[in-house]
This record gives sequence, structure tokens and C-alpha cells, in this order.
Amino acid sequence: MTQAISVEEIKAAMEAAVPGCRAEILRNESPSAQHSLLIDHEHAVNVAAFLRDDMALRLDFCSCVSGVDWPDREITEKVKVKKTVTTPEGEAQEQDVEETRKTMIPGFLEAVYHLFSIEKKHGPVVLRMRTVNRGGDARLPSLTPVWRSAEFQEREAFDLYGIVFEGHPDLRRILMWEGFADYPMRKDYVPPAEDDVEAVAK
Amino acid sequence: MDQELKIELSKHGIFTTTFEELYNWGRKNSVWPLTFGLACCAIEMIATTMARYDLARFGAEVFRASPRQADLMIVSGTVTKKMAPQVVRLYNQMPEPKYVIAMGACAISGGPFRDGYNVLKGIDRYIPVDVHIPGCPPRPEALMHAFITLQKKIDAQQLTGEERPRHLKANEPSEFPVPEFGEHGLEPAQNPDVFHPLRILGQ
Amino acid sequence: MSAMVTRVVLEEEESARGVEGELLEISMGPHHPSTHGVFRMDVRLDGERVTRLKPVFGYLHRNHEKIAEKASYLAAIPYTDRLDYLCSMTNNWGYALAVEKLAGIPVPERAEYIRVITAELTRLQNHASLIGFLLQDMGASGTPLMYAFREREKILDLFESLTGARMMCNYMRFGGVRVDCSSEWLEAAQNIASSFPQFLDEYEQLLTGNEILMARTQGVGALSAELAVNAGITGPMLRASGVNYDLRKVDRYGIYDRFTFRVPLGDHGDVYDRYMIRLLEMRESVKILEQALAAIPEGPIIDPKTRLRGLRPKAGEAYGRIEGPKGELGFFLISDGSTNPYRYKVRPPSMINLTVLEDMCLGRNVADVVVILGSVDIVMGEVDR
Ligand code: SF4
Repeated sequence: MTQAISVEEIKAAMEAAVPGCRAEILRNESPSAQHSLLIDHEHAVNVAAFLRDDMALRLDFCSCVSGVDWPDREITEKVKVKKTVTTPEGEAQEQDVEETRKTMIPGFLEAVYHLFSIEKKHGPVVLRMRTVNRGGDARLPSLTPVWRSAEFQEREAFDLYGIVFEGHPDLRRILMWEGFADYPMRKDYVPPAEDDVEAVAK
Repeated sequence: MDQELKIELSKHGIFTTTFEELYNWGRKNSVWPLTFGLACCAIEMIATTMARYDLARFGAEVFRASPRQADLMIVSGTVTKKMAPQVVRLYNQMPEPKYVIAMGACAISGGPFRDGYNVLKGIDRYIPVDVHIPGCPPRPEALMHAFITLQKKIDAQQLTGEERPRHLKANEPSEFPVPEFGEHGLEPAQNPDVFHPLRILGQ
Repeated sequence: MSAMVTRVVLEEEESARGVEGELLEISMGPHHPSTHGVFRMDVRLDGERVTRLKPVFGYLHRNHEKIAEKASYLAAIPYTDRLDYLCSMTNNWGYALAVEKLAGIPVPERAEYIRVITAELTRLQNHASLIGFLLQDMGASGTPLMYAFREREKILDLFESLTGARMMCNYMRFGGVRVDCSSEWLEAAQNIASSFPQFLDEYEQLLTGNEILMARTQGVGALSAELAVNAGITGPMLRASGVNYDLRKVDRYGIYDRFTFRVPLGDHGDVYDRYMIRLLEMRESVKILEQALAAIPEGPIIDPKTRLRGLRPKAGEAYGRIEGPKGELGFFLISDGSTNPYRYKVRPPSMINLTVLEDMCLGRNVADVVVILGSVDIVMGEVDR
């Protein structure tokens, strides 16, 4: 797999071609070194169309669309704070005190697109989009109008993760049945209890 | 009839039998399975019917596509919750006497996929199973063994008396309730009239 | 028939067409002799002609991805066997390749050769059986499939003597393979490779020039190259439409750059081309096998430094893909530094190849739908996972 064009170049080309689009490079520290581009919602379809049609890139083949769930995280970090303490002698003095601070990082859902070029035989270029949160605002623009191969995979991400792809021609549950209420691939899904009737019931 | 007398008579070219024996002999040698493959185990089922293993030797090569013409359902593979109502419905459409072989770990208990949210943990929660064959997938030889076991079972069935099989008892059901899709899983999760989990001895 | 037939009068469409007669809505499957497992198509028919076709999935959704995310990297390998259950070896390879990319694991020479040999054997038996099933769908019940399974059994015997299992080989590991093959085994593989062309000749004699086969397949289910690329079609189906894209040539994963083989391409993209491509690919696979068997070196079969149990790749992600018999089989893994993958996603070729099923079937007869579906080559374990 040759990554003929670096992510930086793609980012620059993208921002030049689609005015106003914001892209962020996410570094991948693993040996695979497949870095990805996080793009914003409003320009996503235009960016995708540009990537597909640009003569140098020609990313005509959207291979894999994956949903990923990043639940709310709590980060505990130790921070040094300056505090005024009263010494035993009764004087006010400034001291460094260690404090543990907890920060909630709100969760989000993510869609990852792996793009290749059949014509130029290069890739993968990894595109990412993130929802605002995991609740009611789990929306992303659909890239199915650009690459039809995303059709079933976006439906799958909708079914199993609950990402609503706006502009998808036929967004229904695909693997589970209509009327199923949960999103089973999310990290916090709990299967129904009656499943676990063990073979030792009286 | 006395077994020794029977043997003696057969030495003289006289063949004696009972109606029950004749009836069971006919049935056991023409068990027609339903063309019904669910998952990986179905490939081994197909391999069993091919030239090398040749299931036809046991009178079971006629796979019928319609449940109305089939006697045997080989549940060959993972039954998912989405598929379970259809499996039960197909079973209900088969005419009596009908038999079920649960082929493979998945059909018995969910097998390797037991932890899955969409996997039914054993088809015996909804329909009665006659023969279980473990394996993942069971080899064709194992499927043939299951056939022979089923044939023995059919052979031992009595036509009269309390012990007679289900299809000869007028008040026993031949159809079982089809589970419905619920919001979180199937409803009901099992059919208590059919599902009898094993009890650990001594409890 | 077992397909549930519901007669519905679709009034709006009726009046729009302004013709007498009603449209028929049929649900083919999930239990239907022609659907290759538990697959369903909601078909709308105008007489015999298909006016709409919607595939319905999920009847074999076994939650492979969820289970793999809860288990260690090693524990996912037996589950990959059960994805496309005809081709466990290539599935293993795809996954092993993705983990090797993620953790930067080298693979010794001999293991690479064994991988190529087993993968090409897998391709042979997959394509042979697929053609058997396709012909079965066309009404040639029995004979072609029996021929195919006769050959398949030989290959399965080989796999069994190597790995202990006929179908679920669970053979490859990240960094190599599980057990070494003996010289007798290689000899047996050589025998299969050298006798396979005879079977192919026999098969072709039976089928290729057959008038019924040509009448049923030529011009049926044609797929244009643009649509195939846009819809992400891969594998023999893409090449039947004339697009030269074989990952063995493009990515040169493993050691495929060492072998000379050709990539057969089709002109029309119809069912006949798909059938022919598979036959020709089998001949190329035999060539690769011959070369690999001649060149296989001695040496270790697994990278000694890799920890199979308790592998903890650095946080990051990797997408690895191989040319499976059905198309591009990809695995997307995200690691958070722990012992199990944070995200484990399979890119199933047979599911994505179904994207264009409706386009290929519109306006055709019901009987053609069965043939077109057969030519896609799907295995439900992979479609639904
Ligand atoms: S028992 Fe094993 S081989 Fe059979 S369906 Fe289940 S997973 Fe597949």
C-alpha cells in the first residue's frame, strides 16, 4: 500500500479547493502510520466529491466505512495549584499544593472512511467525521451520494451505533430488525438479562 | 413374537413382521430433510450429501425445498434472534411426524457466538430437538451418526400405549408458538413448555 | 413454495403506469433454496419482470465484531474462520495482516510461502464450489457441484492434515503460521496443483461451451465499470467489468511480487464473464501454487519475538486488506493499548458487492435474479457477520 501523497498535501489541496472547509490531521502513532483527516460537517460532501474527482488524487473507491463509539471519559490528572496556606506561626504563605482534578470529556460517535484510488492505485486516505455528542445530536452528513459503496455500511453504522446520516437515500436498520430499540455496538450496551438462563435452572 | 422363532422361520424362507416394525422400517429409511442451511454447518451438510460421504445410503438424499414435503429439519448453524421466528414457522409448517437434528454447537447452545446479542442460545428454546450433534462444524461422519441415531429412535417408536410418540397423540401440539420481535430481544425469550434445561444431578 | 407470497395491489404505481394488472410483491427468503443461506430479497414484480429489489440482511448477524472487541487479539482468529466459512485461510490472513500492520510484526519467509500456498488452495476450492452453486441455481442440479466438491474434498484433506480441521483451520497467527508443513504435505499439495488443470479442463468441457449456460448468462446482469468502481465492488466481480484491480498486484502484500501471474479481465461484466473470470483465476492460482511450491525455503514459521497471548499493540489504528476469493477483505483495527482491540471492523466483500444487486436485476426475469445472485458469490457469514 503506497501512500503516494501525504496527508498534509491532501489537507492543503482540500482547503484550497473547498473554501471554508476545516480539516485537522490526526496522527497515528502505530507502525502502520495511516494518518487521518478529520473534516467538518458542512463541507464534507464537497470535500468528498473533490477527493473523488480531483485529477491528482482520484480517490474513486471508498472501501470501508466504520462507526466508532467514544463514550464520555473522565480524566483524572494531578495539577499543581498555588494556594495560600497559613503556617503554624500564623503567617500567610504561598505554597504549591497538588490537587486531583477530574474533567469530563464528552463522548462522540465517529465515522471512518478508508479511501483508495483504483485509477492511481494509491491509498489509503482516511477521512473521519465526528458527531457533536452521543445523544440526540448524533448526526453526520452522508457520503453515499458521492460513493455508493457507503450505502450499506452507513446503514450499518446507523443500525449498530445510532449515527444518523443526513442525506442517505434509505436509512433503515440493516442487520437488526425494525423496532429494535438499542444500538448494540456501543460500548455501554447491555444485553437483555433473560439471555443468560443457564442450563442449571431448576 | 418370539425372536428365536422368527429367526428360525426366516431360515425356512418365511418372513414375519409386525405392523409396527414395517411402519417404522419404512419411515426410518426415507427421512427427507428440508433444504435448509443456516451457516457454516450447512456447508458440511452439503458435503455430506455429495459423492464422497453419500447420505443417500441412508435414504435421506431427497432434500425438499418445501417444509410441507419434509420430515426432518437439520438446524445446521447459528440461529439468530432475527431468524428464530422463521425457523419456528418452518417447523410448524412441516407435517407430522417430524424430527429435528440440532447440528453443531451453535444450534445446541449458541456455540462460539453465545455471547452475541443477536444469537439465540439454542434452538431447543422454541422447538423440541431429537438429536444433538456437537462440533464446530461436526464432520460429515458425525452428521451421518446423527442420522443413524435418529433412525434408531424412529425404529424404537411404539404405535400404541402411553409411550407412543407425539404425532400419535391427538392432544399433543404439533405447532409451537412463534416468538415475536421485541424492543430488546425476542418475546418470549423461551417457550417453557419445550425448553427443559438440564439439571445438575443431585440438586 | 416457501417464499411467502403476498399479493398487494400497489394502487399508486398502478395508476401511474396506467395499465391493467397488478404488481406482485414477493419476499424471496430468508429460507429459499436459491438464496445461498439466509438472505432475503423483497422483490416487486410486474408479471415476470423485476421492478424493484431490496436485499434484507441480518438473518445471520452473529455479532462477530462485538465479540472480538471483548476478546484478546489472538481470540479473534477462530472467529475470522467463521466469517466466510468457505475460505477460513484467507480470512485468517486478512486479520493477521491487519494486526501485523498495527503492531509492526515481521513475518518469516517460509511462513509467507505457506500463506500463499494455503490461500491459493483456498481460492481454488472457493471458485470451484461457487461455479458449482451457480450452475445449481441455473438448474443443473447435482453434477457440476459434485465435480466441484470432489476437488474440494481433496483440498480439505490437505488442510485437515496440516491444521487438524477441514473447514475452520484457525491456522495463521500474527507473525507467521501455527504449525509447519512437512515435505510430504508439500508433495501432496504439489500433486493437487498438478492435477487441478485436468479438473479445470473437464469442468470447462462440461460447461464453458454449453449452450444453456450461455443462453442463461450472456448479457444477463451486466455491470458497467463506472458503477462497479463507485459502488465499491471488488474481486472477480470488478475484474469481470474490465477494471484491472487485483490487490495481489496493487498492494503486493506478502510475497506476491515474486510470482508471475496474469489478472484476467472481462469485457461485458455479465454473469458469463464472472463465470469465466473465476475459471481463469483458478488457472492463474495453479501457476502461483507451482511457483511457490518450487521456491519454498526452510526456516522458522513464526516471528519468535511476537507475543501471541497478551499482545498489546501501541495505541493507534491500522487498516489491512487482502485479495480474498470474494473481493477485498479488509480489517480495520483501533488499539487503545490494551489486550483487546478497541474497535474491530471487517470490511466484508460479499456484502458490499450486493450494493448493485438491484441495478443488475431491474427489468430482468425472476429466474435471472437467481442466477445473478449466484454470480455475486456471497456467503452469509461474511455478509451479516
Ligand atoms: S457450530 Fe461452528 S461451524 Fe457450525 S454454525 Fe456454529 S460456528 Fe459455524
